[in-house]
Amino acid sequence: MSVQTEKQTTDNPKIIGKLLLVVVAMFGFGFALVPLYDVFCDITGLNGKTGDKVHFETAPIVDESRLVKITFLASLNESMPWEFKPQQNFIEVHPGKPTTINYIARNMSSKSIVGNAVPSVSPGLAAAYFQKTECFCFTRQELKAGEEKIMPVTFIVDSELSDDINEIALSYTFFISKQNNEDLADNTLTAKSINTFK
Amino acid sequence: MNAVVEEHHDHDHKPTGIGRWLFSTNHKDIGSMYLWFAFTMFFIGGALALLIRAELFQPGMQIVEPEFFNQLTTLHGLIMVFGVIMPAFVGLANWQLPMMIGAPDMALPRMNNWSFWLLPAAFGLLLASLVMSIMGLGSAPNFGWTFYAPLSTTYGPDSTDYFIFSVHLMGISSVMGAINVIATIMNLRAPGMTYMKMPIFVWTWFITAYLLIAVMPVLAGVVTMMLTDRNFGTSFFDAAGGGDPVMFQHVFWFFGHPEVYIMILPAFGIVSSIVPTFSRKPLFGYSSMVYATASIAFLSFIVWAHHMFTVGMPVAGELFFMYSTMLIAIPTGVKVFNWISTMWRGALTFETPMLFAIAFIFLFTMGGFTGLMLCIAPADFQYHDTYFVVAHFHYVLVTGAAFSIMAAVYFWLPKWTGNMYDEKLGKLHFWLTCISANVLFFPMHFVGLAGMPRRIPDYALQFAEFNQIASVGAFVFGFSQLIFLYVVIKCVRGGEKATDKVWEGAHGLEFDLPSPAPFHSYTTPPVVK
Amino acid sequence: MRAVTRPLGLVCLLLASSPTLAEYQLNLEPGVTITSQNAYDIHQIVMWICVVIGIVVYGVMTYSILTHTKARGHKPATFDDNLTVEILWTVIPVLILIGMAIPATSALLAMEDVSDSDMSIKVTGYQWKWHYDYVGEDVSFFSNMNTPMEQIKNLEAKGENYLLEVDNKIVVPVDQKIRFLFTSNDVIHAWWVPAFGVKKDAIPGYINESWARIDEPGIYRGQCAELCGANHGFMPIVVEAKSEEDYLAWLGEKKTAQAAAAESGNKVWTMDELMAHGETAYNTSCAACHQVGGEGLPNVFPGIKGSAIATGDVAKHIDVVVNGVAGTGMQAFGAQLNDADLAAIITYERNAWGNNAGDMVQPSEIKAAR
Repeated sequence: MSVQTEKQTTDNPKIIGKLLLVVVAMFGFGFALVPLYDVFCDITGLNGKTGDKVHFETAPIVDESRLVKITFLASLNESMPWEFKPQQNFIEVHPGKPTTINYIARNMSSKSIVGNAVPSVSPGLAAAYFQKTECFCFTRQELKAGEEKIMPVTFIVDSELSDDINEIALSYTFFISKQNNEDLADNTLTAKSINTFK
Repeated sequence: MNAVVEEHHDHDHKPTGIGRWLFSTNHKDIGSMYLWFAFTMFFIGGALALLIRAELFQPGMQIVEPEFFNQLTTLHGLIMVFGVIMPAFVGLANWQLPMMIGAPDMALPRMNNWSFWLLPAAFGLLLASLVMSIMGLGSAPNFGWTFYAPLSTTYGPDSTDYFIFSVHLMGISSVMGAINVIATIMNLRAPGMTYMKMPIFVWTWFITAYLLIAVMPVLAGVVTMMLTDRNFGTSFFDAAGGGDPVMFQHVFWFFGHPEVYIMILPAFGIVSSIVPTFSRKPLFGYSSMVYATASIAFLSFIVWAHHMFTVGMPVAGELFFMYSTMLIAIPTGVKVFNWISTMWRGALTFETPMLFAIAFIFLFTMGGFTGLMLCIAPADFQYHDTYFVVAHFHYVLVTGAAFSIMAAVYFWLPKWTGNMYDEKLGKLHFWLTCISANVLFFPMHFVGLAGMPRRIPDYALQFAEFNQIASVGAFVFGFSQLIFLYVVIKCVRGGEKATDKVWEGAHGLEFDLPSPAPFHSYTTPPVVK
Repeated sequence: MRAVTRPLGLVCLLLASSPTLAEYQLNLEPGVTITSQNAYDIHQIVMWICVVIGIVVYGVMTYSILTHTKARGHKPATFDDNLTVEILWTVIPVLILIGMAIPATSALLAMEDVSDSDMSIKVTGYQWKWHYDYVGEDVSFFSNMNTPMEQIKNLEAKGENYLLEVDNKIVVPVDQKIRFLFTSNDVIHAWWVPAFGVKKDAIPGYINESWARIDEPGIYRGQCAELCGANHGFMPIVVEAKSEEDYLAWLGEKKTAQAAAAESGNKVWTMDELMAHGETAYNTSCAACHQVGGEGLPNVFPGIKGSAIATGDVAKHIDVVVNGVAGTGMQAFGAQLNDADLAAIITYERNAWGNNAGDMVQPSEIKAAR
């Protein structure tokens, strides 16, 4: 007993200290996974996340020899009382050529609503090569009651895009912005009090 | 058990009354509390499972509403994982580690007390939400034990916050338990017991403790993110605010896969203690067992995305996770081969612990085979989220982990109580359990392959027959456990006196101590040659 | 596998007296696409390898259990190590695994080749139904389970396709590469048709894709595979594959029908018409949560029977149904149903189950309120 008691007093605090350090580090690592995941997505195109606004210093090289078919999709998250659709469903573009297309959104409700559009590209591997120079998804969009708005996107498909990919789908989903007008906040409160199924 | 222990060991000066348990710092008392806690939870979680199986006995909605059915599957999973398997293993560690390494007690006895008493608090919170749900005061967690966002964040019931706090408490408890195990193993080994002389059970727990320390904080992180997403306006998992629900799954399974091995490595240790005892032959390939355990633990960190092949990953990612998962089959195979070689040319006897250990090897290997099938990505798209997966992980966790815990209890109960358990009843318990578990889980392979998704309260008619069989198995399995309870209580209260060595082929320091083991295990450290 | 497990299945059948005589199935189905056939083949290969390994391993173990026993007076050996066998049982599994990995890799690469599609269908998961949008064709519709509640509550005999039938199935042509694009309106769902070998998560805000080239005409059924809330078990998928001409004919009809439905918003309906159409539309779109009798589920889905909204101000009632209630399970049905459906549902809700607001709502009022 005596031998061990001696050992305990010298070693235990050290071991606990080290292990607690690991615990704290791993707790931090859990949170570090958030930015790491974004970096990982950028590199691998995981989940079809597209990047932010791209600036070109010089005009990109246009690859006239191939065409890539782009499909445009529009979705609304639940309880978003808008109408939202692309002006055209498909387009064929040469990689490297800047192209602009329009989406149309209309607020069907009787109040002003702020929304933000979340972009997504499939296949995921194409996401890194789908570069937007102008997009309504970069900022929040406010539509007054009944207002209709044309929302343009300008993009370039990088000519480095793998030859295996000749079709890309671009999707936008409009969500009600969390920083919306007070009307909606009130609505949420009443909803909560009558309905526990949030 | 107290009665017997007290009678024989008055010189231990142990505290009496409720204070003995509330303020206990003794590894045996705390171990017993952990085991009884797990046993209680086993019956609660089992009752929920029986409700699930009763609802699924026939097509159509009979007993519960779909919403409540989801609460049942969620709480069944959470209770069995965090409330049964994990605490039972910690209880076994508490009882056995000090005896096996020749120590008087755990290294950090007061922390030991705290880590146990957090558990009833954690599960009190979780079960309170179920009680409130039954009373019609809201909904208990209803998003599955994997609690994928946004079902658990934006769409979670109010009780989700209870659940988050409960998971935090469980995490703190596990981390403290793990620190205690590591400190005990590093500091309190008897003179001469080098790392490569430690019993395999000690080794597997040593590695498990490191896994716990590495991944429980990640789980704490993910539920903290949920908490802030739900209540403080962050958007970790909410696409509306720039987050990503798929990231939830990545972070969750980064915890979740090592968690799976946390629930099976100690089982390997138990089986590796029992098989040599009843084969009367030393464990085959001790060092390869240790290395195999360590490699399984390492691999568990790089396979997580095989749980989520259908979320849409680049092909390279799918290939990586498929290959890395296949690798796990190698060390796992080594273990199974080692156990069989231990039995080979031994002199086998088949007492209840050995029966459970043999059933473990058979049935865990079944779970291993289906695991191998599941990791094959192109086929996994068909298996994913079906009853085939349910069959797989119940083979691994029930006939694997839970069987090993039952084996361990029968194996060491005479040492703990000083009395032999009732062998006849033990064998009856084994055969009922083993047969009914297969009647319960084997048909799930068929309905899964035939296309029945998991977590559904009602199903199409072509799945009816096998679901009915499974439900019959479930009820036999559930009620057979009452025999186990009876055997344990009977053994604690008395019975034929156990010898110090208990089993003819027993080896290890715990079997050098008298039966029942003294309150403070080794007050003078033994010398290991 | 069938040969081995059939007898076992039959034994099990004898043990359990079955109330139904539905067909049962023990193994994966080969399906009707190259993806599902690849999955089936690789499943068979790996399963049989496992069976063979199992026979060897279990065989050795059983032999040992039967012969090396104390009861038979077997004297225990003392060996505890053997380098040769340890190397062997590490190397042989590695070789077997490589043997499995090769076909698995090629099947996976074939499956993930999404290029050169002939047509695209956007599939959106909702709590708890599917929405299909034939991209570029102006045809889109919701697909709800239409198994009657009476069957689910065991008040009526269950039909052949119990829980696997819908009001609007999707129709697709055979022998064309169909690209499915998945997303979700609320939580994560997963679209699964076993016969196609297609299972992909539908994730809110994100897009996923998969494809199928169907070999044979027929009706194929599937289900949502990812837990998505209370009625997760009640959102089936039904796909009918037809020849190219039949498909085009169906597409034409569907377009005409959708135009007619849009027209119906312009006429003035009678109370009886509204109530009759309202009952059907309510049972399709609303009853999953609010229940057929309008009583809702306590603490989960509020009742409509006797509720303040359904018996009070019409404008408020229309607002809740059309625009939804943010932060709750109540979706904005304005985006999902046409004016006639909405008007009928609201009228029905105000006048059914003892609610007696007495008023009716015309499609034109919905149009004005949008």
